[in-house]
Amino acid sequence: MPFQSTVGDYQTVATLETFGFLPPMTQDEIYDQIAYIIAQGWSPVIEHVHPSGSMQTYWSYWKLPFFGEKDLNLVVSELEACHRAYPDHHVRIVGYDAYTQSQGTCFVVFQGR
Amino acid sequence: MAKKYDAGVKEYRDTYFTPDYVPLDTDLLACFKCTGQEGVPKEEVAAAVAAESSTGTWSTVWSELLVDLEFYKGRCYRIEDVPGDKDAFYAFIAYPLDLFEEGSITNVLTSLVGNVFGFKALRHLRLEDIRFPMAFIKTCGGPPSGIVVERDRLNKYGRPLLGCTIKPKLGLSGKNYGRVVYECLRGGLDLTKDDENINSQPFQRWRERFEFVAEAVKLAQQETGEVKGHYLNCTATTPEEMYERAEFAKELDMPIIMHDYITGGFTANTGLANWCRKNGMLLHIHRAMHAVIDRHPQHGIHFRVLAKCLRLSGGDQLHTGTVVGKLEGDRQTTLGYIDNLRESFVPEDRTRGNFFDQDWGSMPGVFAVASGGIHVWHMPALLAIFGDDSCLQFGGGTHGHPWGSAAGAAANRVALEACVKARNAGREIEKESRDILLEAAKHSPELAIALETWKEIKFEFDTVDKLDVQ
Repeated sequence: MPFQSTVGDYQTVATLETFGFLPPMTQDEIYDQIAYIIAQGWSPVIEHVHPSGSMQTYWSYWKLPFFGEKDLNLVVSELEACHRAYPDHHVRIVGYDAYTQSQGTCFVVFQGR
Repeated sequence: MAKKYDAGVKEYRDTYFTPDYVPLDTDLLACFKCTGQEGVPKEEVAAAVAAESSTGTWSTVWSELLVDLEFYKGRCYRIEDVPGDKDAFYAFIAYPLDLFEEGSITNVLTSLVGNVFGFKALRHLRLEDIRFPMAFIKTCGGPPSGIVVERDRLNKYGRPLLGCTIKPKLGLSGKNYGRVVYECLRGGLDLTKDDENINSQPFQRWRERFEFVAEAVKLAQQETGEVKGHYLNCTATTPEEMYERAEFAKELDMPIIMHDYITGGFTANTGLANWCRKNGMLLHIHRAMHAVIDRHPQHGIHFRVLAKCLRLSGGDQLHTGTVVGKLEGDRQTTLGYIDNLRESFVPEDRTRGNFFDQDWGSMPGVFAVASGGIHVWHMPALLAIFGDDSCLQFGGGTHGHPWGSAAGAAANRVALEACVKARNAGREIEKESRDILLEAAKHSPELAIALETWKEIKFEFDTVDKLDVQ
């Protein structure tokens, strides 16, 4: 077989950091990741931004960080509420770790257009 | 009471073997594995090590009496058998803090592993571990940024960093080299690395490399929307040239530079770390020459000591071996020293090779870098061993992809994220590694091809330097 026919053309994709190379998560998969955040003792934080600002350090908070929140369903309903209020924005969830003052994790749940 | 001068040769143990001594919190403690010449008693060997690495010399000298040597001498305070080695024993030695210049790793090593290693009464000598007292740690600069700040600068959370070394490691022109950097970064890597051998050779002078690499980094960042970097190797012939290269990297707005801390030396490293702290630059540390010093089980310096020294001298990332790849490294031992790179307190744990409690106080942590002969099939094990605060670097495992470096990079990124996602969801990633990778490959042709390419490659050789256990 000629060489060129076996080689694929890799096209650059714009991605949004962690989990940017995976297909969109199902609802159950998102639940698993939020459960992980809560199990680590991290506080869930919801942030959103217009896609033109995705490389900014600071995205807008949705309300305030949900300090100490243990209710998975509440976090999911807040994510959905943020998405409804800003349908064209990227919406990400952060697991905020106050001990290290870092983000234990952070990934985009809804991609804006 | 004043002593009298008594010329001649005394037994070392009369002065330097003090089994009743209780070490102070401010003492620097060391554990040496000693193998003496036949017929020399253990206490005498251990005392000789304490003496020769601190205040002693082979003969009594008159000028000793000008000073209170009791205050300055190192003391062997404990001797232990080495499990599984009849000829060797551990000597624990306490050194008073005032023997060392503040913040100088160079000075600590010059004392502890200086002349004493050539001492004739010893067949072999190995420095296994050092307990640095907090009073000394507080005089060291440490990592210029540390793990938390590095994550914030690079905007990478919840997963290990992903990198690779540019290959072939020697010979590419600056422009061709920049092309390979661009391919890797656009394919999904966070960071690329100069090979340690790349400094400023005739085929590629450093300035050429820096300029083309900077263009590649910026372009990839623009196209992918993610933060990218490349470790620009600033290791140079002289400190002056090293700083010149660092300054130029800063001028190009690059986030990270690199240094080889053993061949370059601790003085150069500490200086460059200070420069990085002052200039908001991250510092990646390579460890060329370490295996010359740390691989022999009876002689030299264990890598856990070199790793602790680096954390104090300064670096934001340090190579630690991979456990699973082509280079030497036992799993428990590796976990023992990566704890010492990243944690704020590491308890004594002989099953991990840590001989002392080590309190790091507020010293920032160092990313553990796993690099050398690793590929996508290793991903689940690497994540399980190294955790999130690591940088996983696939050289051949990126460029060797049949479609090229960009596709190789994408394959690694997909595999990494699939493993992180599975771990977070509570799956046992090492046991289920095959399923996790094959599931992820269903939506990534790049990963499917990578899995096929490297399915047979293993590096299963026995470790030369094992932990001393029965």
